[in-house]
Amino acid sequence: MSQIPAELKYVSSHEWLRLEADGTVTVGITEHAQELLGDIVFVELPKVGAVLGDGEQAGVVESVKAASDVYAPIEGEVVAVNGELEAAPELANSEPYGQGWFFKVKPSNVADLDKLLNAEQYAQEIGA
Amino acid sequence: MTAPKRTPLFDEHLAAGAKMVDFAGWEMPIHYGSQLKEHEQVRSDAGMFDVSHMTVIDITGADAKAWLQKLIANDVAKLGFEGKALYSGMLNADGGVVDDLIVYLTSYGYRMVVNAGTTDKDLAWMEQQKAGFDVTLKVRRDLAMLAVQGPNAIAKVCSVKPTLADAIKSLKIFQGLPAGDWFFARTGYTGEDGLEIMVPATEAPAFFRELLAAGVAPIGLGARDTLRLEAGMNLYGHDMDETVSPLAAGMGWTIAWEPAERDFIGRQALEAQKAAGVAMKQVGLVLEGRGVLREGQKVVVEGAGEGVITSGTFSPTLKHSIAIARVPAATGETAQVDLRGTLTEVRVVKMPFVRNGKKVFN
Repeated sequence: MSQIPAELKYVSSHEWLRLEADGTVTVGITEHAQELLGDIVFVELPKVGAVLGDGEQAGVVESVKAASDVYAPIEGEVVAVNGELEAAPELANSEPYGQGWFFKVKPSNVADLDKLLNAEQYAQEIGA
Repeated sequence: MTAPKRTPLFDEHLAAGAKMVDFAGWEMPIHYGSQLKEHEQVRSDAGMFDVSHMTVIDITGADAKAWLQKLIANDVAKLGFEGKALYSGMLNADGGVVDDLIVYLTSYGYRMVVNAGTTDKDLAWMEQQKAGFDVTLKVRRDLAMLAVQGPNAIAKVCSVKPTLADAIKSLKIFQGLPAGDWFFARTGYTGEDGLEIMVPATEAPAFFRELLAAGVAPIGLGARDTLRLEAGMNLYGHDMDETVSPLAAGMGWTIAWEPAERDFIGRQALEAQKAAGVAMKQVGLVLEGRGVLREGQKVVVEGAGEGVITSGTFSPTLKHSIAIARVPAATGETAQVDLRGTLTEVRVVKMPFVRNGKKVFN
């Protein structure tokens, strides 16, 4: 049974979003996504300063089993990436909602968050 | 659609926390938590694989030897004593690989082990080739099979079967030993030392639990694939199939050309290929930078043409990607792989990549 924290937002391509106190949004992949991928061995992150459209490719996650694109779940500018994750990609397996975060964006319109899935809707989406 | 089949160890897998998947019509463990940890366990200690989905066929009859000399590309005449094993391709008339298999010499005749996914077509093919031969095939679904692999595998099996320890320790590589209804062979699919053990299905769960108690961890199909790829071993349906010549799939060493009068199925086609020059060869590819080589990716060799990756993965032992590829025969020391749209330089090496826990290519 996958963990789906109630305080986060989600998109159906299995990224989660968390609105931080400073107005930025932290993005990662869900517990369900890391379970599907299996052991993660490489992560490719976007460049700081890149402006990504909603649904635009933001990176790649490669597991032993498969390669999978990571999408920007909200439009905005990338303000930070998790360098630690590049060095230790297994963090996305062990702590998908913590140390395994991918990048932070400054959203063009913070209200876009309201349109995304809440935990209950995401749980339905993945049949959990 | 029929329900997936279950091996005699199904309940043991669930008890050990396995994630089960459908594999060739069988419900099999893909991992028990982490594929990477299972891989490491086999390279450094000992792990066990349920390979009961593979098919054991006992072959008897006055013509068993002559029939096998026609059926497979390697020559069972090389099997000098009981328990000795031989790896071979079973070819069609065009020289394509119907399956790859192991055959053992036994007191009653021969024992063959074939792949799970190919069992039905193998048996149909073998039946077709039986005309005129006094030979009987018996599928041994009453047996389960466990592969115990790793540097400590043999010692741990011996600790569980102390009365057989001396006999098991005396086995040389590619030799087997019958012990009542059991059969121990020093063979495997990981590049480590170890045993493949056939055991009556009813006794398999208790044996599995004994091995578990002796510190032999269960290993899923995921790690089985990364281990065999590091060992440079072919996987049927990926690295070769009925459309691929064994000469283009790194199986040249399994073809017994002598004696020249042994007319095995596929011989004429292979001789014609050799005379014309084999266009493709099998090599290992190494990507030391980021990214993972995957099956199906295109290989570009400047001045020589194109090839394809037939198996690729991240190597848990080497911490970078490796692949098995079929490439133009003129391929030299480097090639390029189309990695998700980007042509990326890779090194071409002679396999295996890893043997007995250590990197072996240059």
